[in-house]
Amino acid sequence: MQLAFFFIFAGLAVAGALSFLLQRHPINSALSLVVVMLSLAVLYWSLGAEFLAAAQVIVYSGAVMVLFVFVIMLLNAGEELRTRGSKAAYIAGFPGAAAIFCLLTFVFISHKTPLGYAHPGVLNAAAGEGSSNIAQISTLLFRDLLLPFEVTSILILVAILGAVVLARKEQ
Amino acid sequence: MSTLTPMQIFVLLSLIKVALVIAIMLGAVTYTVLLERKVVGRIQNRWGPSRVGPFGLLQTAIDGAKLFLKEDMIPSHVNRALYLAAPLIALVCALLSIAVVPFGAPLFIHGVNLFQITDINVGLLFILGVTSIGVYGIALSGWASNNKYSLLGSVRATAQMVSYELALGLSLVGVVLRARSLSLREIVASQSAHGALSWNAFGGFQFIAFFVYLIAAYAETNRSPFDLVEAESELTGGYHTEYSSVKFAMFFMAEYANMITVSCVASLLFFGGASSPFGHLFPVFGGRIVQAALPVFWFVSKVFFFLFLYIWVRGTLPRFRYDQLMAFGWKFLLPIAMANILITSLVYAFHG
Repeated sequence: MQLAFFFIFAGLAVAGALSFLLQRHPINSALSLVVVMLSLAVLYWSLGAEFLAAAQVIVYSGAVMVLFVFVIMLLNAGEELRTRGSKAAYIAGFPGAAAIFCLLTFVFISHKTPLGYAHPGVLNAAAGEGSSNIAQISTLLFRDLLLPFEVTSILILVAILGAVVLARKEQ
Repeated sequence: MSTLTPMQIFVLLSLIKVALVIAIMLGAVTYTVLLERKVVGRIQNRWGPSRVGPFGLLQTAIDGAKLFLKEDMIPSHVNRALYLAAPLIALVCALLSIAVVPFGAPLFIHGVNLFQITDINVGLLFILGVTSIGVYGIALSGWASNNKYSLLGSVRATAQMVSYELALGLSLVGVVLRARSLSLREIVASQSAHGALSWNAFGGFQFIAFFVYLIAAYAETNRSPFDLVEAESELTGGYHTEYSSVKFAMFFMAEYANMITVSCVASLLFFGGASSPFGHLFPVFGGRIVQAALPVFWFVSKVFFFLFLYIWVRGTLPRFRYDQLMAFGWKFLLPIAMANILITSLVYAFHG
């Protein structure tokens, strides 16, 4: 059943991503992206990462994409024209994407053992009683990786301040 | 009689539970509408519906039947796919979050909890996630209708819901800190020690969080005094102006289902859920059935109280102005919710 789930939602995610690229109306593209986010959340869930799945739904589909849709609605963006696109994208883009795909595949296959196998749905059972997913994530984030976490949050704070400064009206 | 495997029993019992909960939920929606019309009627010194059935009890059932029998019109310049999808998204998201709500004390039969559809360890986040997806229903309905009033209504609604979602989420952190879990059953269990004294709204010292949650939830469900979304005098009808018949009924049901969910969550998180306010003060009485039904009674009375409060507020308070709404959410509720998190976590760090 886990495998069936994986194929259904992985297919849905790929279909959503393709539709995101091919749709001509921005709101349809945005909604396709929501489908991608939600199917990713289901995949996380089926791997036993409930917290990550919930965070994915709340943050990406619930906040970021709502904002996108909101902006598209406000600007009343219409259908886009199909353009040929820049030549650089064709020359650098396709080989680059293929290279990244090959690299990732190589890394995943050659480091099978240290990366470990995912056992769908049994992550919590393996970690033992009383040690939930949330506890594991928070131990990682707030103890082992505290410094990178805090540095990232400061980076985001700086970005927010920059956005406020840029968007402010001139006095 | 052939015996069933545990898996079959699980599937069968779960299906029965789901069907029952949906039926009860829709019935509750119907009678919440009636309750609202009756109570608002009495607040405004008139009778409210009183003609259909005894005491007007059949009024909303008849209204529902009327809505379902009406002609289903689709205006000509709408974005058809999204126009049809929007009410479905709204209603499905409104009904979905009830799946993790425990209605009574855990009672297991063949390993299946009778009073809760499912207990997941991130139940609280599940409710928040489903609520945040529900925004799409309203946002898309206004946009797809191709009508400026609908669009204005849904832009207002989206901005309001996104803003108040923050205060809503932050107000719950204090409760989670106390319960040390995101599972709704464990949050209820953390408040069951001494009856009302250990409820989060009183003995748990989360009353600030409680009021922030209540206000943010009223805004989140687009109810009075935050119902600018459907301000009739400015927007004709708001985001559902172009909807008729069944699709209008879906939006209507979604609104009331959301009210019920908010009332359920408020009683679970701050009023001890299905636990009795007297704790263990009184000796156990009655048989097993009474003992199983009593928590359900407490839960339903708490939910009823919160629904009544909703209606009471609607009958009492005037509507906010839009800039007041935004300033209130961002400059008052959000800082208060953050201060509450800070104080709560400091207290638990030093005394917990």
